[in-house]
Amino acid sequence: MTDSALFHLRNVRKRLGAFTLDLHQVDVQAGELLALLGPTGAGKTTLLRLLAGLARADEGELVFAGHSLHSTELPLAVRRRLTLVHQRPLLLSGTVRFNVEYGLRLRKRRDLADPVDAMLERLGLAKLQRQAASTLSGGQSQLVALARALVIEPEVLLLDEPTAHLDPAHVALVETTIREVQRERPMTVVWATHNLFQARRVADRTALLLNGRLVEAGPTEEFFTRPSDPRTADFVEGRMVY
Amino acid sequence: MPFSAADFWSIVCLSLAVTATAVSIASVVGIPLGAWLGMSRWRFQRSISAIVHTGMALPPVVVGLLLYLLFSRSGPLAALGWLFTVEAMVAAQTILALPFVVGITMNSVAAVPADLVAQIKSLGAGEWQCRWTVLREARHGVLLAVAAAFGRSISEVGAVLIVGGNIAGHTRVLTTAIVLETSKGRFEFALALGAALLTVALLVNLVILRLQGSQSAA
Repeated sequence: MTDSALFHLRNVRKRLGAFTLDLHQVDVQAGELLALLGPTGAGKTTLLRLLAGLARADEGELVFAGHSLHSTELPLAVRRRLTLVHQRPLLLSGTVRFNVEYGLRLRKRRDLADPVDAMLERLGLAKLQRQAASTLSGGQSQLVALARALVIEPEVLLLDEPTAHLDPAHVALVETTIREVQRERPMTVVWATHNLFQARRVADRTALLLNGRLVEAGPTEEFFTRPSDPRTADFVEGRMVY
Repeated sequence: MPFSAADFWSIVCLSLAVTATAVSIASVVGIPLGAWLGMSRWRFQRSISAIVHTGMALPPVVVGLLLYLLFSRSGPLAALGWLFTVEAMVAAQTILALPFVVGITMNSVAAVPADLVAQIKSLGAGEWQCRWTVLREARHGVLLAVAAAFGRSISEVGAVLIVGGNIAGHTRVLTTAIVLETSKGRFEFALALGAALLTVALLVNLVILRLQGSQSAA
């Protein structure tokens, strides 16, 4: 473990039916963008849920900023430092604006208008703000879910395939926005994707999960050009390894 | 003429007042209880659901009989002096309405996807904020629960007849008046009262539907 590790996982095991997520050692450094690569069913979503405190590990040590995520419920103030954007956009009934305001309302923020307007504008949602969330397309819903998460200015943003339903232009918008926000203020991002090119474009470090196990994690350029594990080499070259 | 227009409106108003009071009480108690049951994960969840759902099938005459025994002179609640009063009728309808409010609210809240609840928590909702948001997401079902409870209560005759006594100008409501007119062979009046009952139920349901519509837009 390095001193700056925001998340610290040791020998973490989580069973879900026949699947087991079994991670010997994972650290997430403060301020980095870590891409979690892996095929469907590799355990990316399970890991994100553990990091978000939405699921408990069966065994092992899982620490976020000095707080154990394993045994006890995180205090609300700590929980509010991180947020997860699910793969399937889960919007509340109500307008787009209501959804984007939601996290700020929970925090009893009074100055909602400016940050919400800015975020809606930033993600190209301003024209949709009065529209019922239930009438949005999958891609639009995904943008709203992302805007809702970003507007609360989380210290940690956990993204589960956030561009799965988006066209290339909006994929670029999301990738650019996340990177811009990281330049504007400290934000750690863990981004699960099965898109190799996306991981290479956005991530400081990249990790590969296969069958619930961490194969390799390292600086993105090194991960793609000089992988240390043959399974990583197979994966980045597009050969079937699962 | 079995009764005057004034009598008729008095019966309609009393029916509405008794049922509205009973459904209000059942809602104040039943919505939080149903929401709590729907959000909780119990070892005996299915048994609790079965008990609540069985409550929906409570026979009104049985409820009326039990309340009659409780409120009668030799009953444990005789001191209240509620037998053959509006209060007893409200109590009977509340008991009949409560399982509908609890059961439908419970099922509606339990039907909110677990992933959405996780998302709500992940956005920083505290315990009560999360519960309130889940209840808000289930509000169509909650309104349906109130509508079902209203329908059950206003159309009920067995319990209010036993504990109310169908006293003219005092405890006579639409359903008990229909029974009376039918027993006298005045079918045209009984049918007219039935039409009035259906109209009242229709109007109340239209109001609830409108509320559901406005909630959808919100």
